[in-house]
Amino acid sequence: MRITSPRNVWAGLMFLAFGLFFAIWAVANYQMGTAVRMGPAYFPTVLGGLLAFLGLVVLSMSVTVKGPRVDTFHFRPLLLILAANVAYGYAMKPLGLVLATALLVFISAFGGHEFKWKEVTLLYVFLIVFSWVVFVWGLTLPFPMWPEALGY
Amino acid sequence: MDILDNLLLGFSVAMTPIHLWYALVGVMLGTMIGVLPGVGPVATIAMLLPITFNLKPEAALIMLAGIYYGSQYGGSTTAILVNLPGETASVVTCLDGYQMARQGRAGPALAVAALGSFFAGCVATVVIAVAAPPLAEVALKFGPSEYFSLMVLGLVAATVLAHGSLIKAIAMVLLGLLLGLIGTDVNSGVLRFTFGIPELSDGIGFVVVAMGMFGLAEIIANLELKGAREVFTGKVKNLFPTREDFRRAWPAVLRGTALGSFLGILPGGGSILSAFGSYTVEKKLSKYPEQFGKGAIEGVAGPESANNAGAQTSFIPMLTLGIPGNAVMALMIGALMIQGIAPGPQVMTEKPELFWGLIASMWVGNAMLVVLNLPLIGMWIKLLTVPYRYLYPAILVFMAVGVFSLSNNPWDLVVMAVFGLLGYVCTKLECEPAPMILGFILGPLMEENLRRAMLLSRGDPTVFITKPISAGFIVASLILLVIVALPALRKKRQEVFVEET
Repeated sequence: MRITSPRNVWAGLMFLAFGLFFAIWAVANYQMGTAVRMGPAYFPTVLGGLLAFLGLVVLSMSVTVKGPRVDTFHFRPLLLILAANVAYGYAMKPLGLVLATALLVFISAFGGHEFKWKEVTLLYVFLIVFSWVVFVWGLTLPFPMWPEALGY
Repeated sequence: MDILDNLLLGFSVAMTPIHLWYALVGVMLGTMIGVLPGVGPVATIAMLLPITFNLKPEAALIMLAGIYYGSQYGGSTTAILVNLPGETASVVTCLDGYQMARQGRAGPALAVAALGSFFAGCVATVVIAVAAPPLAEVALKFGPSEYFSLMVLGLVAATVLAHGSLIKAIAMVLLGLLLGLIGTDVNSGVLRFTFGIPELSDGIGFVVVAMGMFGLAEIIANLELKGAREVFTGKVKNLFPTREDFRRAWPAVLRGTALGSFLGILPGGGSILSAFGSYTVEKKLSKYPEQFGKGAIEGVAGPESANNAGAQTSFIPMLTLGIPGNAVMALMIGALMIQGIAPGPQVMTEKPELFWGLIASMWVGNAMLVVLNLPLIGMWIKLLTVPYRYLYPAILVFMAVGVFSLSNNPWDLVVMAVFGLLGYVCTKLECEPAPMILGFILGPLMEENLRRAMLLSRGDPTVFITKPISAGFIVASLILLVIVALPALRKKRQEVFVEET
């Protein structure tokens, strides 16, 4: 057997894993109930089973169907963009909007093709002014502007 | 005339200065973000949704609807000028619109797209006003089994419309349904799949999921492309179509509007199917089929009208049944729920100002788009020339602020990142996120209705096929699936969608 569509291998495995996980977790932890009075496990078990089954079908398609290879993953933009958002979330309360936005803008800009300090700094200044005017002043979102430690 | 009274009520709501203002803001914001390539209506609405949390329901919905058709409008501008679809439905517009732009006729293409959309919007508003009340009346008689079957139909329709493999699309729906179950089970109060994380007990917010799957994943995918964009900036001078253009465009607009109005009502339908359908029809009927793909004005006029008509009539199932026909409507339902309104047939009778105000505002918003955007086209073109390396951090700031403001909790950003990763992996594996989002929204609703239906029928599963309306939905779903699974039609479907990839 030769794998002719690699994308289906991974897609199939993904669906199989999700399906099995939800079904097994539901069966193990929640009550099944009956068809008349369905317990919390009933619906997820059925869905999870179906999903796992479809995962197997997709997996089988990896040897019966021809398809393109999986495109290379670009880890730099992927990781940096995701990290930038998480950093923003965790920085907001202790550090305030000004510094959290700095983290978001600079980390995500590192994920792009070219990074010029001057450009990104200008962009950052623009975005922070914009955020302040629109979100804090205009929409009165309750964001702290400055670090807590500074006493604002 | 009931309809006239209702529309008058609607206009009395929509024409108040405050609502006109929100419609204007929505339309402008929507166009602005819709113009940006790679940001479609779903991401736009998800991104701007938090802005509406503090508004009254009428204002919130009017603004969101404005964002929706504004972003569609912006999408076609991008399609014509840059050959990049701002959203899926304008893929078709790229084919001939961009060719027109290359021939120096970007102006007429943009004008025809705008005027065609406006005409379609006017007709679709009337269609909604006429069709929604009787549908809502029928829907009031729906029991849990009818609702369950209707949702099955909606999900099947969504998978049929997804491009790529049907099986993968169904699997994505199932995955969405499962993820939607995370949180407290309403019937038993049991915490399901929360893994001891307190934030998960309320479930995962669909705004967060939508922003991750559509917004973040799109940005990451865009950063991989290095290609330069060719923008026709200097060439948009003569905006007005010639007499010949008008003569050829108007029948296409009429046909596109009719087709779009009809297809939009189907669950899972909406703008994408309408646009593709209209393009095929125009090409078949045209006296000059050889011009299609080389700058035929019908190829812009028809699909643009159809997609706008379809976008508007897709509000019908959402407003009357509380069932989202597509991902955008799913977001609208989410917005309603956040406002404390349970979507469904009772909205029309209990909140007539909201219902009719929204419908009237669609017409108002479309009129604004034509009046404002034709003169503003220069500004949108400027926006297009802004390099992506400035745009994406700005978009990220918008999204991060939006998500954080949901509950002032960093957790939401972590979840968004997780779904950004999932969305990225899914696009790499050719699994479409749209059906998943639909499943995610419908998951709890489906389970609830399934449980009630089974309780009422004492565990007899045949209830779904012995009740006539419910049986109708199930049969329709099966027919749809069979049609798509048939090899001959499958080939056709691939042809239709091949331009997208």
